[in-house]
Amino acid sequence: MQIRLTKPWRPLTAEEVRKLPGQLGVYELADASGAVVYIGFAGAKELFGLRSALQRHAEAGTGGAVSFRVEVNMQYTSRFKELLMSHRMDHGDIPPVNRTEPPVKVGRLS
Amino acid sequence: MDLELSDEQGLIVDTVRKFVRNEIVPLEADMDPDASDLDEENHERLASQVKQMGFYGLDIPPEYGGPDIDIVTRTLMAIEMAQHRAGLYNACYGVFGGAGLAQLFEANEDQKQRYLFPTLRGERHGFFGLTEPSGGSDPARAIQTTAVKDGDDWVLNGGKIFISGADRADYGIVFARTDAAKGRGGITCFIIDADMPGFHVRRIVHTLRSTSYATELQFDNLRVPPKNILGEVDKGFAIANDRLSRQRIPYSAGCIGVAVKAQEMAIAYANQRTTFGDLLATRQAIQWMIVDNEIDIRTSRWLTLAAADKANKGQPYRTEAAMAKLVASEAGGRVVDRSMQIHGGYGMTKDLPLERWYREIRIRRIGEGPSEVQRLIMARDLLGGSFH
Repeated sequence: MQIRLTKPWRPLTAEEVRKLPGQLGVYELADASGAVVYIGFAGAKELFGLRSALQRHAEAGTGGAVSFRVEVNMQYTSRFKELLMSHRMDHGDIPPVNRTEPPVKVGRLS
Repeated sequence: MDLELSDEQGLIVDTVRKFVRNEIVPLEADMDPDASDLDEENHERLASQVKQMGFYGLDIPPEYGGPDIDIVTRTLMAIEMAQHRAGLYNACYGVFGGAGLAQLFEANEDQKQRYLFPTLRGERHGFFGLTEPSGGSDPARAIQTTAVKDGDDWVLNGGKIFISGADRADYGIVFARTDAAKGRGGITCFIIDADMPGFHVRRIVHTLRSTSYATELQFDNLRVPPKNILGEVDKGFAIANDRLSRQRIPYSAGCIGVAVKAQEMAIAYANQRTTFGDLLATRQAIQWMIVDNEIDIRTSRWLTLAAADKANKGQPYRTEAAMAKLVASEAGGRVVDRSMQIHGGYGMTKDLPLERWYREIRIRRIGEGPSEVQRLIMARDLLGGSFH
């Protein structure tokens, strides 16, 4: 499995989000420049998995995001941390919106 | 061995049981089923409660500030502490504190100042690095990481795998081969700092235990000063081996705790679920599963307490610990499996903790030495030799 998310970017619109599966997994949100502004996961508390989580972000306009990509993954908690770690390795920190949330224990890759 | 709990043990067990049921389980209702950590506020609040109860730092020796509770009582407590969703691998989310790496109690004074005491104060975190890609069941032969003397220092090259917590650690205890000709007599234990040049956490290793992860490490000309050798050169295997035996008792206790809770859930469900006009509890197929669960739990419990009792008395307990670990890990898996079967479709859902235990307890037959190695250890002791 690739460490970084490699799925194609899709527009963060209600229409596109409706096509998402109700499965659990991880996702990334990006702004108009393509920079990842948020990494999240859709866990078992989400009523409709990835679809519910992305619907919420589409309505809220999280971090000025205009696009998203998802990965269906039952190991969403460890995969979520892996994505944060790889982002920190590539960019020096976790994405900006993640920095505003309660801290997640994230390690380092080198 | 007295099979009855003393009044004090009974009181302690009851206190821990209430703590788990009143403080930990309700929090989990609002957490993701695969959550690995409490939020900081709840963690601090509950750790403070545990300190007030006098139970904080259970496995820290009393001379270092631990609560001086014997290992039999700690085993009884560990069985209780595991009885919640995250309990198998993260009992009570760590609010009871812990000693960290027990090997550091054998460190020299300088090493204790740099690593042990900051760890006990919660300021530094370490990892234990033994298993390598070449194998984990036979570390004496499988270790291929080398440490070569260069001037006063030692230079490490190689790697480790399935290492927990290395990506967030400040330091680690790692084992490397210092004399290729000596087998298990040629391994040395080093303390390495995570900021030493040449130390790399290369990747996360995802497993069934999806709530957490292991890591793969690489040592690339990692230069370690001689003051960071733990124990003596070429005598590191004894340090690793001692840890493996000691760890098997609490490891077994965790499996029992989860099995006890799964059985409790199965009994409750069997007594309220109706099929074909009658309760599940009236069906012989279900009754036998409940009975088999109980036999598995009691067998595991007595073998584990017997091992703890021997350790408590300072007697050799390697065979007892191996037997307890083998039986508790395998029996715990069977109990969780049967309890899921009794719950039917609901047993498969993330609404209940059974599916998480089912995944995590499978690892218990491998971790801390697989069942086959436990049998090997016992066979060596019973047959009186170290055969190959």
